[in-house]
Amino acid sequence: MYRRSDRVFWRECMSSVHIRDVRKSFGGFEVLHGVTIPIEDGAFVVLVGPSGCGKSTLLRMLAGLENITSGTISIGDRVVNNVQPKERDIAMVFQNYALYPHMTVADNMGFSLKLRGANPADIKKGVARAAEILALTPLLDRYPRQLSGGQRQRVAMGRAIVRNPQVFLFDEPLSNLDAKLRVAMRTEIKELHQRLKTTTVYVTHDQIEAMTMADKIVVMHDGIVEQIGSPLELYDRPENQFVASFIGSPAMNFLKGKVKVNGSASFEAPNGVNLPLATAPANSDGRPAVYGVRPEHFTIADDGAEAEIVVVEPTGSETQVFANLAGEQVVAVFRERHQFAPGDKVRLKPNPSVVHLFDEATGKRI
Amino acid sequence: MTTLQTTTSAPAGRIENPSLWSRLKFNRNFMAFWFMLPAGAFLILFLAYPLGLGVWMSFTDERIGRAGMFVGLENYEWLWDDAIFWLSVFNTILYTVVASTIKFAIGLYLALLLNRNMPFKALIRSIVLIPFIVPTVLSAIAFWWIYDSQFSIISWSLTKLGLISHNIDFLGDPNWARASVIFANIWRGVPFVAITLLAGLQTVSPSLYEAATLDGATNWQRFRYITYPLLTPIIAVVMTFSVLFTFTDFQLIWALTRGGPVNATHLMATLSYQRGILSGRLGEGAAISTAMIPFLVAAIGISWFGMQRRKWQQGSSND
Repeated sequence: MYRRSDRVFWRECMSSVHIRDVRKSFGGFEVLHGVTIPIEDGAFVVLVGPSGCGKSTLLRMLAGLENITSGTISIGDRVVNNVQPKERDIAMVFQNYALYPHMTVADNMGFSLKLRGANPADIKKGVARAAEILALTPLLDRYPRQLSGGQRQRVAMGRAIVRNPQVFLFDEPLSNLDAKLRVAMRTEIKELHQRLKTTTVYVTHDQIEAMTMADKIVVMHDGIVEQIGSPLELYDRPENQFVASFIGSPAMNFLKGKVKVNGSASFEAPNGVNLPLATAPANSDGRPAVYGVRPEHFTIADDGAEAEIVVVEPTGSETQVFANLAGEQVVAVFRERHQFAPGDKVRLKPNPSVVHLFDEATGKRI
Repeated sequence: MTTLQTTTSAPAGRIENPSLWSRLKFNRNFMAFWFMLPAGAFLILFLAYPLGLGVWMSFTDERIGRAGMFVGLENYEWLWDDAIFWLSVFNTILYTVVASTIKFAIGLYLALLLNRNMPFKALIRSIVLIPFIVPTVLSAIAFWWIYDSQFSIISWSLTKLGLISHNIDFLGDPNWARASVIFANIWRGVPFVAITLLAGLQTVSPSLYEAATLDGATNWQRFRYITYPLLTPIIAVVMTFSVLFTFTDFQLIWALTRGGPVNATHLMATLSYQRGILSGRLGEGAAISTAMIPFLVAAIGISWFGMQRRKWQQGSSND
């Protein structure tokens, strides 16, 4: 779809971003408690977390729309704490697109160049180039009102691209689109990044968006960074119970109980249910802990723990089975087509090599 | 169930030809007419009829207590040669242009100011509304005292400050009188403009300003390229109303100067009242009033066609 030569047009100037021990208070209320995130040149970093975790605030601080209470943010080699937004060389795509309703698509996209005092021919050229990349050329004379949601979204991205900034910021750009379009735009944004290779910081509350698009995910919660890593790192080795529960859908199952080391390691869940463990940390016999197992890591086996099926939800490619195990409701996902009915008793066995163990008090990975 | 059976068994002809009344009952236009009738009757009785009567009267020589005869354009011919009438036209235009322009400037400035985050925002907004709430005649009386030739607080203050040696005759000198009534009108009219424009400003999404900030717009550019164009529809409406109210102003002038000194502050409305009611020459008064209509239509026309041009506001036609 995109031609390789287009790449040459765009300035080969990208930047790393460093967020160091950044704090933010509104009044006396601290919403960000010392956040440090290194972002490499050309990376696609997704800040993800539940609403109110401070991810949007952090993005706005990066853009210069909010003051930084303490700590530093640098773009390239320059600390930008006291740099005006327009001097930061960043472009932002807003959740509601923030298109200027009284300007045509072309004027919306060319506005920043116009303010910079570029001559009309250059503005036209820059707009045409961005419009071509985003397939907006036939829409250049329309007003935002006359566009569909997806088209508006693309104009918002076009406005960012035209500026050829050092960093792209996206603030939940897909949340106003319907499900199908969201998936399509996800791919489009990722493809765009692969082509332009501009450092991108993307905020979302949707872990699937984060998993599918990011080079690096930053999971935030209550104003702190819970974990930073590649999508699969977070999936395979969550640092704590929050990350474990937040990443992955359906979410990871948790069972409270005790570690038992008796020759071999195992985990004792309530109701006398015994679950397998590959290894246990030293001196952990009897330690209270939380046992985490992803839905797809259950198998049906004769030596599994007995569970009673509550609900069966086939999705075609796989089947989600909700069952009562050791007094907790767990969900298991099978790609095989088992014939289950509610009320059936099955023997579920977690794969011990991929189960997770968390400290009961701190939620940290053991 | 029964209805269904009747329908299926009845001859087709009877269903396709219901009575006129039952068709009318479900006719939207017929029903709409009856729903609009009360409002329509009200408007006709209290607006259209007096307007028509006034225009008709301007073509007669009607006086108070004597029915008029049709005299054609005679009243207008008289007015054409009447220097006082032309003075009142000049006064009205001067009054409207100067007062509306200043009201717009101050109102817009206040609206922009009030749209910011500041302490006691709600209280300050209410205070701004006060001049609008006070009855015109009350505020006119207050201004009357402020402008009094002997007891004026302005003259008193300026004298105490040593800036003037004798009192200014605010309402006695023609130019001072014009300036004084214009000032009083501005004082009364600013809140309307400010509050309405403030309401308009609040419909502008803050994210547009943020986007513009990131696009590199300065404060002035944000106003010039975002606020002003998005506010034009509401500016057009507010200024139309403001111009209409100012052009037809009567109360304030009558309470302050009654058109004096030497007709220097006579507006078309006050002159019409003086000729029509006080002097009893209803026909001539009506002609002066009717002469205001072209000006008002022009003012409405300007704002109407001004608003028509904004294509971005209109629906999603793919032209």
